[in-house]
Amino acid sequence: MSGVPSDTAPAVSIRHVSKSYWRGGQRIAVLNDITFDIAAGEFLALMGPSGSGKTTLLNLIAGIDRPDSGSLIIAGVDVAQLSESGLAKWRAANVGFIFQFYNLMPVLTAFENVELPLLLTSLSRRERREHVETALSMVSLTDRQDHYPSELSGGQQQRVAIARAIITDPTLLVADEPTGDLDRQSAEDVLSLMQQLNRQLGKTIVMVTHDRRAADRADAIMHLEKGEFSEREMVQLSENVT
Amino acid sequence: MYLLKLILANSLRHKLRSALTVIGLLVAILAFGLLQTVVGAWYAGVDAASASRLITRNAISLVFPMPQTYRDKIRRVDGVAAVSYANWFGGVYQEPKNFFPKFAVDHESYFALYPEYVLKPEEFAAFKRERKAAVIGRKLAQEYGFKLGDIIPIKGDIYPGQWEFVVRAIYDGKDAKVDTSQMLFHWDYINETVRRALPRRANQVGIFLVQLKNPNDAAAVSLAIDKTFKNSLAETLSETEKAFQLGFVKQTEAIVIAIRIVSFVVIFIIMAVMANTMAMTARERIAEYATLKALGFGPGFVALLIFGESLAIGALGAGLGIAATFPVAAWFAAKIGTLFPIFEVSRDTLLMQIAAGLVVASVAALLPARRATAVKIVDGLRHVG
Repeated sequence: MSGVPSDTAPAVSIRHVSKSYWRGGQRIAVLNDITFDIAAGEFLALMGPSGSGKTTLLNLIAGIDRPDSGSLIIAGVDVAQLSESGLAKWRAANVGFIFQFYNLMPVLTAFENVELPLLLTSLSRRERREHVETALSMVSLTDRQDHYPSELSGGQQQRVAIARAIITDPTLLVADEPTGDLDRQSAEDVLSLMQQLNRQLGKTIVMVTHDRRAADRADAIMHLEKGEFSEREMVQLSENVT
Repeated sequence: MYLLKLILANSLRHKLRSALTVIGLLVAILAFGLLQTVVGAWYAGVDAASASRLITRNAISLVFPMPQTYRDKIRRVDGVAAVSYANWFGGVYQEPKNFFPKFAVDHESYFALYPEYVLKPEEFAAFKRERKAAVIGRKLAQEYGFKLGDIIPIKGDIYPGQWEFVVRAIYDGKDAKVDTSQMLFHWDYINETVRRALPRRANQVGIFLVQLKNPNDAAAVSLAIDKTFKNSLAETLSETEKAFQLGFVKQTEAIVIAIRIVSFVVIFIIMAVMANTMAMTARERIAEYATLKALGFGPGFVALLIFGESLAIGALGAGLGIAATFPVAAWFAAKIGTLFPIFEVSRDTLLMQIAAGLVVASVAALLPARRATAVKIVDGLRHVG
């Protein structure tokens, strides 16, 4: 059920995953027996109305939440079975996060924000600097590296967040409404950048969005409703090439 | 380095809040230090007391005297190396608020028992030669501007009349613990005058000061002295100088306890204020902590950020409070004059201030750190600070 035909093993393999929350003493089922694959190098958009479970599904794929049942095999690892510290290490090495509100550390410069995930690696200071400079050049923000988030526009902050997401060269990028807080032009820039990462670097991207325009940039769109897949559509290549 | 930058930068994010917390801590640690110094001043006499000296007084009460002739009998008790005596003189210098201790002492033997009083030999010789001469402490001299040769008029109360003493020597303390706010003069001078005016009060002594050959024999020698005067008209009570001084402190122990309690209440209050500051800070940054955890940083790193920030604010506030304690204590000591003969910020007080700062900062960070580390990433990311 991958969006892009692939001979290799899927990057993400989700089997019979269910997830529910308790609110006010009531159990609310958010995901019901979800099963699907995401091919390596695929750019997948998850759409659906509020409360459909798309962000919950993204959180499970990103390894920041755990399913009630089922398995999540990502890059050959069943993340549902990892311990908390194991999961943290796995996230640091395999997942890049792009949040709607960027989630940058306001007291750190763009350079330091991008460098942050590298502190968990064994890279030397010089190597870290090289990596950060490369990542910032990829998002065209080399000249703003010493600026604090408050000194950057929303689009620039999101590009810093993208640089931070790719700095450890993860296999998987997860983006939760990455253009939700941006104006049209900035959103286009960010989506182009994500598409570029997908096309040129082969990053597998899972993006949650309400915005059909944003979703159209993906290879495939999966629609969720009441915790189940309601529809899956392939996006025409001509539509999503910038 | 990175962690340190994050901690310091976070500490300065809410400058007004951090500044107010630092000021609060400064005041609390300063108040704590001053109150502990007052307690220390209360016990200064006890701390300075020699383990090798006994005080023998009338068993009924300190206000009742003993015959001077006891001196020879005490000297003959086994374990006694030397004996001297003194009388509390009372009296008023100019007006009652000018209080300082005045003792009539045996000029021949007294100073031999108190090597901690450092006197210039020529001044001491001048003191011994003159009946009306007085030795005063350095602090007393500074407080009232007394110099050698000055005449100090004292209006007597226990020993009625108008008395005049000539300053012939000024003593210094061997160390900072020694009380240099006293005035000491010839017992003979007082006794001669009393003998003429009030013969029945002549040849009476307030306390005997007993030098022990071996401090370990204090209990046995005390018992032996008191046994010597058993069933006499003036039975005695002998105790170590420390116990004697402690007896005075015990009379006002409730005040000391109250001061101690207040000093700890101050710390408790600032702990609550600081905990509130840290709780607000951590609550506002829940989303940031969740982001860090999502990026792969463990709960320990988040806890370190919160504890580090609390300790940074605590260290600044406590450091400033400790630094301010010394000049404020010196100013306070100058204002209270000779009320507290020794009023110095002790090493123990300093250590207690440091400990208080550490405890306040650590406890204040405890609950916020626990909450921030326990919150689930998905919940934290949803949080709006």
